Amino acid sequence: MKHLRPLNAKARRIDEVVSSLDANDVVALQQPRPQRPHVPMGCTLSFSPGWEVDAGGGTAGLCQPVERDIYDCYVTCFWPVQVPDHVNNSPDWANKCASATKDWRDLDIVYP
Amino acid sequence: MSGVAPLAYRLGEFHPFAAAEHNFVYLPAGALFELDEAAGRLIRRLEEGEVPHPALVDELMASGYERADAEALIGELRGARIIVAGDMVAAPMANPPADFPLQALVMNLTNQCNLACTYCYEFGADKIATPHGKPKYMSLETAKASVDFLLAQSAGRKAVHITFFGGETLMNFPLLRDVVAYARERAQGQGRSVGFSLTTNATLLSPAIIGFLSEHEIGVTVSIDGPPDLQDKRRVYKSGRGSYAVIEPKLRALIANHKTRAITARVTLTDGVTDVIRIYRHLKDNLGFHEVGFAPVTASNRQSYSIDDADMEGVIAQFHALADEWLEFALRGEMHGFSNVSETIGELVQGVNKSHPCGAGLGLLGVGPSGDLAPCHRFVDADSHTLGHVATGIDQGKRSDFLTRGHVGAKYDCQTCWARPLCAGGCHHEAFVRYGDTGHANLHYCDWIRDWTDICLRIYGALSVQNPGFLGRFAERRALS
Repeated sequence: MKHLRPLNAKARRIDEVVSSLDANDVVALQQPRPQRPHVPMGCTLSFSPGWEVDAGGGTAGLCQPVERDIYDCYVTCFWPVQVPDHVNNSPDWANKCASATKDWRDLDIVYP
Repeated sequence: MSGVAPLAYRLGEFHPFAAAEHNFVYLPAGALFELDEAAGRLIRRLEEGEVPHPALVDELMASGYERADAEALIGELRGARIIVAGDMVAAPMANPPADFPLQALVMNLTNQCNLACTYCYEFGADKIATPHGKPKYMSLETAKASVDFLLAQSAGRKAVHITFFGGETLMNFPLLRDVVAYARERAQGQGRSVGFSLTTNATLLSPAIIGFLSEHEIGVTVSIDGPPDLQDKRRVYKSGRGSYAVIEPKLRALIANHKTRAITARVTLTDGVTDVIRIYRHLKDNLGFHEVGFAPVTASNRQSYSIDDADMEGVIAQFHALADEWLEFALRGEMHGFSNVSETIGELVQGVNKSHPCGAGLGLLGVGPSGDLAPCHRFVDADSHTLGHVATGIDQGKRSDFLTRGHVGAKYDCQTCWARPLCAGGCHHEAFVRYGDTGHANLHYCDWIRDWTDICLRIYGALSVQNPGFLGRFAERRALS
């Protein structure tokens, strides 16, 4: 170090570390992102309770019928593989299914 | 996500100080740096607020720097975290490893004492010891088990240390003698070494004992409060009679005949016993102690012997005067005997950054006459603080609880204090007596600690400029005492 004179053992250790850093190290992307509130991405934005299973591991006590889950993938966000892409290719996929608990059989497989 | 904003610099956490017309910083990591003109200017610039990297470089170039030099200056200060950028948050202080090896054992050979000092933490108004029904004197069997325990728990350390304590240590001198022989033999058998020291009130010193202590290189700390009028105020026999007249000839004999270790005086400052300089002169110059250390008495808020704030001011002023004298000595290359400075300088040389205020429960344990383990000698015989037994080992759950409480990271008030690398919240025992919790920061002496640390830093700074070689003498001094 040129501008700082280390005066004790701890300072000398810091000096060694700082002096050993490679001046040509890439630093541009090392800047930490500014702190922001944690906003989760994707399905969780729809705040649908009843996802997958309840606290006891069962499906009987969910706030919404388990069949409803599929609409969370389909309507509020598109989750590839699980459901058809309703934005571009299969906008009518769920038309015959007004109530998931009754009409789920009418949800058909999509053949691309 | 918006584009990447340039780094903006602001001041990190540090304590600036000046000495001998040079400027220094003391960092929370325990490191000490001297600043040159350029570094000092950059810090003053950032005192005005955050400055983005390009602007800072431009400013430095406008004042005559080459770009590379400007970047290097910023890089150095950033590397040492004197300045920081972005949302840099310092990593929390790590925990010491759970299997931290023992280094020292304080053996309370007896909980009996022939004096009845009125401020005693073991017998006085604030006592926490519960010795009822427990052995009054440690047996040889327990003592041997303690030595074996120390050696087993300190695996990997070449040298360990045993401190003999009491009660009055010398009321069980025969055991002390046996322990020294046993411990030496056991340690040598393992190719290791063991050092010894004891604390005593000096009333029971005899030529034979002094000869033994000198022969076996046993360090001696004497609890003594000063010249007769001050010593006899509170360091009294049960009859109320003062102890000075008894100990004076014995001390002179000790200091004259014990040649192998420094003899240290340890003074407890109490109400009316605050005449620091007079005490120092008497103990150092008249009696001839090598070192004299002072500490205000541990007391819950209102005890008749507590020092009030006004008297504490006077104590601090006298500490300053002795500290100035310490520096004058050091600049001449002479060792002054005021150990409050020497201890702190020793820690500053290492640049310690403590997770805990002392080694209690970590590298150091106390063991009572019953064989019960305690964080240190001050907790010995206190049921509420037992950490196990030498026969059954350390109670890891209780030890962990003690260390978790005492960790500096658990003390809210310490988080913004620049003196925390050295203080870490202060004595666990004092905290318990004051606040009922060993993990409470000792808030009643924060200002005093900061003032004192600053004094010692300035001594260090002055020496680093004017007589740097002198600091080398402290390199070997134990950092944790």
